[in-house]
Amino acid sequence: MTVVVVTFPGSNCDRDCITAVVEGAHGAALRVFHKEHELPETTTAVILPGGFSFGDYLRCGAMAARSNLMPAIQRFVDAGGPVVGICNGFQILCEAGVLPGALLRNRDGRFHCEEVELEVSGDSPLLVAYQRNENIVLPIAHGEGNYFADDDTIALLERERRIAFRYVARDEQGHGAINGAKKAIAGVVGGPQRNVIGLMPHPERRSLDLHGADDGMPLLEALLSYSEHRRHS
Amino acid sequence: MSKSALNKLKDTDLTTSEHGQAVGLSLDEFERAVKLIGRVPNKVELGCIGAMWSEHCSYKSSRVHLKRLPSAGPRVLVGPGENAGVVDVEPGNPQGWAVAFKVESHNHPSYIEPYQGAATGVGGILRDVFTMGARPIAAMNLLRFGRVAHPKTPSLVDGVVRGIGGYGNCFGVPTVYSSAEFDAAYDGNVLVNAFALGVLRKDRIWKGNASGVGNPVMYVGAKTGRDGIHGATMASDSFSAGKESERPTVQVGDPFKEKLLVEACLELFERGAELLVGIQDMGAAGLTSSLFEMASRAGSGVVIDLDQVPARETGMTAYELMLSESQERMVLVAQAGKDDDVRAIFHKWDLDCTTIGTVSDDGVVRLRKDGVEVCVLPATPLADEAPRYERPFTAPARPEPLTRVDVQALKKNPIQIVLDVLLSPSTAPKTWIYKQYDREVGAGTLMDGTHAAAALVRIPETQIAVALALCCNSRQCSLDPHEGAVRAVVEGVARISAVGAVAVGVTDCLNYGSPLVPEQMGQLAAGVDGIAHACRVLEVPVVSGNVSLYNQTDDQSVLPTPAVGVVGVVDDLATVAPAMPLKAGDVLIRIGAPPTSLEGSFALWGKVGRKGALPVLDLAATSILCGFVRDLRRGGHVLDARPTLLGGLAQCLFDFARCADLSARATLPVDEDFFASFLGEERLCFVVAVDNQGVFDVQRRCADAGIASAVLGALGVSSSFRLQDSGGDVVFDRPFQKLVDDAEAVVPDLIASGRRRSA
Repeated sequence: MTVVVVTFPGSNCDRDCITAVVEGAHGAALRVFHKEHELPETTTAVILPGGFSFGDYLRCGAMAARSNLMPAIQRFVDAGGPVVGICNGFQILCEAGVLPGALLRNRDGRFHCEEVELEVSGDSPLLVAYQRNENIVLPIAHGEGNYFADDDTIALLERERRIAFRYVARDEQGHGAINGAKKAIAGVVGGPQRNVIGLMPHPERRSLDLHGADDGMPLLEALLSYSEHRRHS
Repeated sequence: MSKSALNKLKDTDLTTSEHGQAVGLSLDEFERAVKLIGRVPNKVELGCIGAMWSEHCSYKSSRVHLKRLPSAGPRVLVGPGENAGVVDVEPGNPQGWAVAFKVESHNHPSYIEPYQGAATGVGGILRDVFTMGARPIAAMNLLRFGRVAHPKTPSLVDGVVRGIGGYGNCFGVPTVYSSAEFDAAYDGNVLVNAFALGVLRKDRIWKGNASGVGNPVMYVGAKTGRDGIHGATMASDSFSAGKESERPTVQVGDPFKEKLLVEACLELFERGAELLVGIQDMGAAGLTSSLFEMASRAGSGVVIDLDQVPARETGMTAYELMLSESQERMVLVAQAGKDDDVRAIFHKWDLDCTTIGTVSDDGVVRLRKDGVEVCVLPATPLADEAPRYERPFTAPARPEPLTRVDVQALKKNPIQIVLDVLLSPSTAPKTWIYKQYDREVGAGTLMDGTHAAAALVRIPETQIAVALALCCNSRQCSLDPHEGAVRAVVEGVARISAVGAVAVGVTDCLNYGSPLVPEQMGQLAAGVDGIAHACRVLEVPVVSGNVSLYNQTDDQSVLPTPAVGVVGVVDDLATVAPAMPLKAGDVLIRIGAPPTSLEGSFALWGKVGRKGALPVLDLAATSILCGFVRDLRRGGHVLDARPTLLGGLAQCLFDFARCADLSARATLPVDEDFFASFLGEERLCFVVAVDNQGVFDVQRRCADAGIASAVLGALGVSSSFRLQDSGGDVVFDRPFQKLVDDAEAVVPDLIASGRRRSA
């Protein structure tokens, strides 16, 4: 059982995700470089980590979405394999069309690194370790986390309970107060079996004793136990 | 002579002393160069000499003073002179961890082009650290801006902060600590000092050595462009109005490229001496300083074919290739025959990697361009025998002490004087700045400057943490350059003690005015003595550093600002109380004897002229106090600790309350002066927050150690922030939340005012 953490050029949370899986969740993790064409056969889950893949040049996530490994990840998703995209990983999943929408520059044009309160709101096997409508606190660290999708898509996400996380702090229109994300969307569920989650906050930064809080652990644990469950079924 | 006459020369044209002036060489220096090489240098050679002998590269005015700094110690693995200092974290474990760190200035470029100037400052210091073989795990900065009302200040703050964040965030190093202050003395010359720290195995330290005759010299990283030519010379000159025209000489940073470079270099280091001999980044004076320094260190020479240097633009001359300060470039010497293996690693990360020459044994740097030899210079004399000056200096005059009248005037309005301190841009929370820095990438940040006295970052996959702070009270340094510098070291040691760490090393960035002005040179000399004295008594070595002179514009010099970075170690995370939120009812205890005067305090700055005679700090007692608080902080009932620093006890209590999100109330013990105790800064105390059950224990431990302690009050007992005098009378009382909101608004309002002004 192996959680693959993909390293793109410019990924800078790949090691953090491995530490979270190994040290926090006592799982096995492996870094795989973006130039590979296949995932290792032992792959049971995939994390696309945060960072600035390809320098965020062109558009954040755009070039990573077209790297060698992405078709293999798409096949893994189609087969129901669990995938989590964190921050830049979320941006990549959107650019690759695995998840709907796009992440635009924060409304105030600035990078924001701060703790945010989130409402766990969606249905996914990767969210089962949270209480429904539980509020958690995770840190964000991004310049482009302003989630956007057209109104029909947003309505669909709401109807299908595929908004994984919402920012609790909102403006008068109900958008995210910090980055302007439409309907305060911080994370989205996708995949044929709701097996994909993309989110802007960083669960791996709240997964170890030294972090003083472990609000990221339920997501990582669900990623591991869902993998385990799939393996046995 | 202007630079244009020099520009007209071709690479191999011979030069005159007037051309020498254009590259920053005095007549004497030009003649010294002629004597050294036995002939008149051509243009390429002159450029190399000018760069190597610039103040920035040669430390020609400061070197005689710097040697007074104590740089040895049982933990020191690499001292000053390399790209960064290296200190042992696990003595007794031969394969254990070490940390490499250094601080460096990027003042002039940041004033001219704030975003790129600050960004490339971060990039340069990160390269200095990973060149040693270390993975960067923490960054800090010390920033000094002009007064808030100065028209340029808002855009400078905005640009510098964006630049630091833009580079560090993308590279993936957490920026965990920032000291940002404001004063009119920096109106025309901001300070941007960047610090980086990396971790490495102590048996895998790399140095910039070009040894082994016949070994290939390789160039890796970004291509060379025309940016930053003569940056080192610019950094060694005063500013005058109109320097903005120098903007084209500021380098442009590409943090993505640097991220690729660090990953590739770390992969190369993993392969070890099988592939690699030596490596050095290209910083100030670009290819010139890398080649000359690497050859000089190894006592070797190099033969370089400049046509092989990857160029970003066509038609670049040898002169331009040698002096470009394009960013994200390294030079390395590989083992003979291993070029292809090295290249494979860099190509994996999509980076240029080219063999540009070989190591020779004649001690000479030979450069060829278009088949012609364009430079033949001895390596060691240029690198090591740069001119050294004992510039005349005058000992700084001690300012007058405060008079009764000065202090009485202040005491008329105690509420306002406390508010002025708490709501000053220099003491105000820097939340707006910190939010733009990724403080948690690496997932190892236990504490950062937003809520703790110092930053604390774990060494990955261990239970060891590194504590760090970057400090300088420039105002005290301007009153008394020696005592101020002592206190910069003490502040750093106090801060890291407050988070439970033992100080293991210091790095310093000495920001002063012109070495040609005896008074300003005197400030530097006194500052070095102050740092040296404090580091000796506190037993912490200075392992790396940087000197930035000519920080002046049109004769206005900055406040003397020796930025001191102190690094400490917590060797077992379990011994430091976990990050437990403070709660209402937690008790605030002052540890250490309180100040008895307002000499040198921030509360009086700008209100009484240049007055304030700082007493000599009792370093031995301060050292004991810091050690005592460190031990208190490790386990037991002490939940948090902070030293009293800029703004004194009042500011310290307010920071405690603000970070805990709980109001505070404090009453002085009997027979203390409200102003001296709450606003004095002449000596150092700590405040610790203790849970209710622990008060007796902490007081008993203080008594046993012979250290003064006083219970001042508690957190969260009401909704107001209240300071009471010895008689229990309420002197200062403000709604806490309003005070926090006002303080938090200070820096954002400053930026907004700039936007309104430019609209």
